[in-house]
Amino acid sequence: MDKSELLELKKTACNVRLWTIEGVFNAKSGHPGGSLSAADMMTYLYFKEMNVDPKNPKDPKRDRFVLSKGHCCPALYAALALKGFFPTDEIKSLRHIGAMLQGHPDMKHTPGIDMSSGSLGQGISAACGMALAAKLNGESYRVYAMLGDGECEEGQVWEAAMFASHMKLDNLTVMVDFNGLQIDGTVADVAGLDKLDEKFTSFGFEVIKIDGHDFEQIEAALAKAKTVKNKPTAIIAATVKGKGVSYMENKVGWHGKAPNADEYQTAMDELRAQLKAMEA
Amino acid sequence: MAESKKIATRESFGMALCELAKDHKDIVVLDADLAAATKTEIFKKAYPERFFDCGIAEGNMIGVAAGLAAAGMVPFAASFAMFATGRAYEQVRNSVGYPHLNVKIAGSHAGISVGEDGATHQCCEDLALMRTIPGMVVLNPADHYEMIEAVKAAYAYNGPVYIRLGRLAIESFNDPDNYSFEIGKGITLEEGDDVTVIATGLVVYEALKAVRSLKEKGVNARLINMHTIKPIDKDIIIKAAKETGKIITVEEHNIIGGLGEAVAAVTSENCPVPVYRIGVEDVFGHSGPAVGLLAEFGLDAAGIEKKISELL
Repeated sequence: MDKSELLELKKTACNVRLWTIEGVFNAKSGHPGGSLSAADMMTYLYFKEMNVDPKNPKDPKRDRFVLSKGHCCPALYAALALKGFFPTDEIKSLRHIGAMLQGHPDMKHTPGIDMSSGSLGQGISAACGMALAAKLNGESYRVYAMLGDGECEEGQVWEAAMFASHMKLDNLTVMVDFNGLQIDGTVADVAGLDKLDEKFTSFGFEVIKIDGHDFEQIEAALAKAKTVKNKPTAIIAATVKGKGVSYMENKVGWHGKAPNADEYQTAMDELRAQLKAMEA
Repeated sequence: MAESKKIATRESFGMALCELAKDHKDIVVLDADLAAATKTEIFKKAYPERFFDCGIAEGNMIGVAAGLAAAGMVPFAASFAMFATGRAYEQVRNSVGYPHLNVKIAGSHAGISVGEDGATHQCCEDLALMRTIPGMVVLNPADHYEMIEAVKAAYAYNGPVYIRLGRLAIESFNDPDNYSFEIGKGITLEEGDDVTVIATGLVVYEALKAVRSLKEKGVNARLINMHTIKPIDKDIIIKAAKETGKIITVEEHNIIGGLGEAVAAVTSENCPVPVYRIGVEDVFGHSGPAVGLLAEFGLDAAGIEKKISELL
């Protein structure tokens, strides 16, 4: 990609982060840490990679995205709103009574959400089903599933991984947002989920390791995934939980907590400064 | 009544899928390494390109079914009732029920009539589990003909459906030339005003024999076949409560959470009358031949007749 395109993506990702903080702050609850770590990949998916049309969100031929780590929907809602699926104003009522935007993705009521998710381990299975449907019907759409690293502790992830490679679902790309933290501590301390790349390789995946905040690496990995035949691809993306907000970065405590008014202001100031620097 | 023909409803299920698939290209069938037992193998032989064995991984199978449905297919996912509704309960709730996806879940080897495999596989909780999921239709067909029609109705309905299948070969008592199935509509098999017996699934025929025997002894019992546990047929229950004043339910399921409690909820809110529940009385089953177990648990015709007589 050229420099101007790269800059646009970075600016969009910064806006995704701004709206993520806006949503979580107004909700007085939610999951900022993993939303911010996933924001760059979600931005790339919705603004560069995926064939989706905000005016026709149910197009049968569209690419699909399943946020298996459904609690990180604040970033997804931000990306969808900025893409034009619904007004950004909706984000301010995230998690409120009567709001369209639920605490975890709800495909029945939110345009652009391809699968309801939130119970960890389940989204990747649904993504397998969508990819299988494409194969059955001779459709060329691709399916993307984003998982958390902690989520990979769920047994269902590996049931699905076995299924995906057994069925040769080369139209499926699994992206693991490897930020290294989960609720109770570091992933290494809680469950020792090491050698995740080797795990996916042994389950029959093409595995690509990247920096999940580097758009050129994200682009290269997704491009390579499209060339892989007869097996699914897993992109293991090293990320920083809370990325973009200094006091949230790499802090376990910001997994599922909303900023207070002062913290909100600090976060918004920091992100706006980043945006301003990019625009300069 | 049609000529007797013993066939397990799991077999009827497999046959029905094949019939439906002829005209409906969107049907796909999933199993979890039990195709020979759930009888989806009948479909597998006829339509191998639309059959997917997910291996011994029921949670993933339900999720895959959800994804297929989200992409416009109509998946039937089969396993033993214990695993389809028990092990995979949360996948059914969150990946199928919450988004109200068009997934049909078939649970075979339900109830104690699994037989020799014993308690770990004798699922007497599936109806209760599936009833609790908002929007889930719960079907428990009683014989071959009813299963064929139930599968067609499940396909025609746009939303999640649970269908209970039995392992044991049983009599087909419905008359295929004079039978119609409608989701949520109970069927009166015998008229009567002394008491109403409401039965479901595999034990409907046993209840029918019991009620006919009681008629010869002067007890004029009404018998209703409640093939749909959810949405339950309120009208037929309220009418029975008003006209007979007493209801006895019969199910091959824990008396907690199944047909009996569904019926009692309707009567208590609309026309309070005594409701007695015949079923598995909050115990686990155990190994043994299916027919012997049904007798031991009081769910054969003799046991049902005895219990009804005691309750009158």
